Amino acid sequence: MKKWKKKEIESKPKFKTLNIDGTCYKTNLISKFENRKKYTVPDAKKIISVIPGTIMKVFVKEGQKVKRGDNIMILEAMKMQNRIKSPRPGVIKSLKVKEGEKIAKGVLMMELE
Amino acid sequence: MALKRKIRELQKRREKVLKGGGDKAIEKQISMGKLTARERIIFLLDDDSFNEYDLFVEHEARDFDMDKKVLHGDGVVIGTGAIYGAPICIFAQDFTVAGGSLGLMHSRKITKIMDHALKMRMPLIGINDSGGARIQEGVNSLAGYGEIFFRNTLASGVIPQISVILGPCAGGAVYSPALTDFVFVVDKISKMFITGPEVIKTVLGEEISMEDLGGAKVHSEITGNAHFYAESEVQCFEQIKELITYIPWNNSRKARAFEPKDPKKEYKIDDIVPDNPKQPYDVRDVIKAITDDSVFFEVQERWASNIVIGFGRMEGQTIGFVANQPLVLAGVLDVDSSDKAARFIRYCDAFNIPIVTFVDLPGYMPGVDQEHAGVIRHGAKLLYAYSEATVPKLTVILRKAYGGGYIAMNSRHLRADFVFAWPGAEIAVMGPEGAANIIFRREIMGSDDPEKIRKQKVKEYKDKFANPYVAASKGYIDSVIEPQETRKLLLHAIEVSQNKSSAGPKKKHGIPPF
Repeated sequence: MKKWKKKEIESKPKFKTLNIDGTCYKTNLISKFENRKKYTVPDAKKIISVIPGTIMKVFVKEGQKVKRGDNIMILEAMKMQNRIKSPRPGVIKSLKVKEGEKIAKGVLMMELE
Repeated sequence: MALKRKIRELQKRREKVLKGGGDKAIEKQISMGKLTARERIIFLLDDDSFNEYDLFVEHEARDFDMDKKVLHGDGVVIGTGAIYGAPICIFAQDFTVAGGSLGLMHSRKITKIMDHALKMRMPLIGINDSGGARIQEGVNSLAGYGEIFFRNTLASGVIPQISVILGPCAGGAVYSPALTDFVFVVDKISKMFITGPEVIKTVLGEEISMEDLGGAKVHSEITGNAHFYAESEVQCFEQIKELITYIPWNNSRKARAFEPKDPKKEYKIDDIVPDNPKQPYDVRDVIKAITDDSVFFEVQERWASNIVIGFGRMEGQTIGFVANQPLVLAGVLDVDSSDKAARFIRYCDAFNIPIVTFVDLPGYMPGVDQEHAGVIRHGAKLLYAYSEATVPKLTVILRKAYGGGYIAMNSRHLRADFVFAWPGAEIAVMGPEGAANIIFRREIMGSDDPEKIRKQKVKEYKDKFANPYVAASKGYIDSVIEPQETRKLLLHAIEVSQNKSSAGPKKKHGIPPF
């Protein structure tokens, strides 16, 4: 029985390769591993929602100059009105959300130039 | 005769209450593919062993017209019985009575049977099928949950606690199962979540079905909240009964011994593990090659399957097995697998079950997602659990044991009682490829043919270090053994560990990396 099984492992191409410390192992991958989020370097010019919620108010317009700490919008989440402030000085390149819009976590809300 | 009349009255009262929420509600329960609370208990327990208590308990709620409502048994059935002769305390929420909602008296019935289980040192089984808190009873129902959670914690590690999710189990109610040792779920019937799909939709605008949010598959494959997955309630009861045979009634006993049996002949232990450390195989075959009748009762089969945990018997005695699984993710340790194994080790330790560990792993999983998910803290759970455990701890290194993974998998350094290695074992800081690249970087880079030199150096390293003898020469391994000898030596090791004493320093409790 075992001999048959060994043969099966060698002949079946279904195994994937996993590189651990320079060695490539034949193995099965699981969906949690395959669906894992690839890391991307955060872009300081992009303002992304850290919590899902509703945009209650937008204080700025596209093309407007902002200072660091200026109020940009209010994102209501978990019964709290969170003020989103500009993390740096700059010009608003584009606004991606409207007042009253419900957004998820990780959504691009605004881009600075 | 006055007594006869009174007996007849009792029978009438019983009959009424035993109908639970009445015919209509029972019909609805059946139409959902579910059994009723009392049917479940009868299916699960030994024939004629069940005795029910608190049949005539009634709620005392007065607000919101509750005083006009009669809720039979207040929506929960409690009692004692047996599974294969093992004494059992059990409660089952009755969804046909007010949706199994938890009010004060409902919770008092549950805590009564919990107190009994703890006092009498017998296993507790809870069947959950409830819409949640009985809103009309307000803070009283919250108090009820709290009293249950406290008792779950108090009983943890003293008596076995088993939760069976046979319906909805939502909101605060989920924390009682989460505090217990083993959670059983059934496809299409079990639903567990803190906030349901409706709340998620209104608050966050995300749409998801109950099944996708907290169904049986989700909890047995993604979250790891459930330990056993079944296709039907009946299959689930069979799993519970089997589990009961492997575990002791309480922490001052040992699990019952069964008649010893030899492993089945078709599991040829010499032929399971391929020579090439990069080739996969199913480590469960190694376990089956040494257990009585080649039976292995796996726990959390579908979650973090890069590590295998479960029970088997050797010479009739229950053993807890922990094994890296080269078939999945090459058997690496990561956040989930460390978490899974660590909790199982603590379970075995609490209930006097010796632990046998099979090692074949390339190390810890590299990656940003793992680092950011806290693989340091979660990985440390495994070190903590092995170090802390005082039951007999035996290790067999089948093939690779690299780096931190070697240390974590019940090494001598964490006070394994016996460490054996098969002749093909490779105990090293890392795999030959990685090690050669670092140690011989200059020679490789400086050569005219780096690939050739790299291969040469990898071979050099392999020949020198990819074996069990370096570790054996330092006494880190007690014995290099033939695979054939594994069962015999493990049995001997358990035999000589019977009177193991390993008292550590006095403390209230440690601070594990929860």
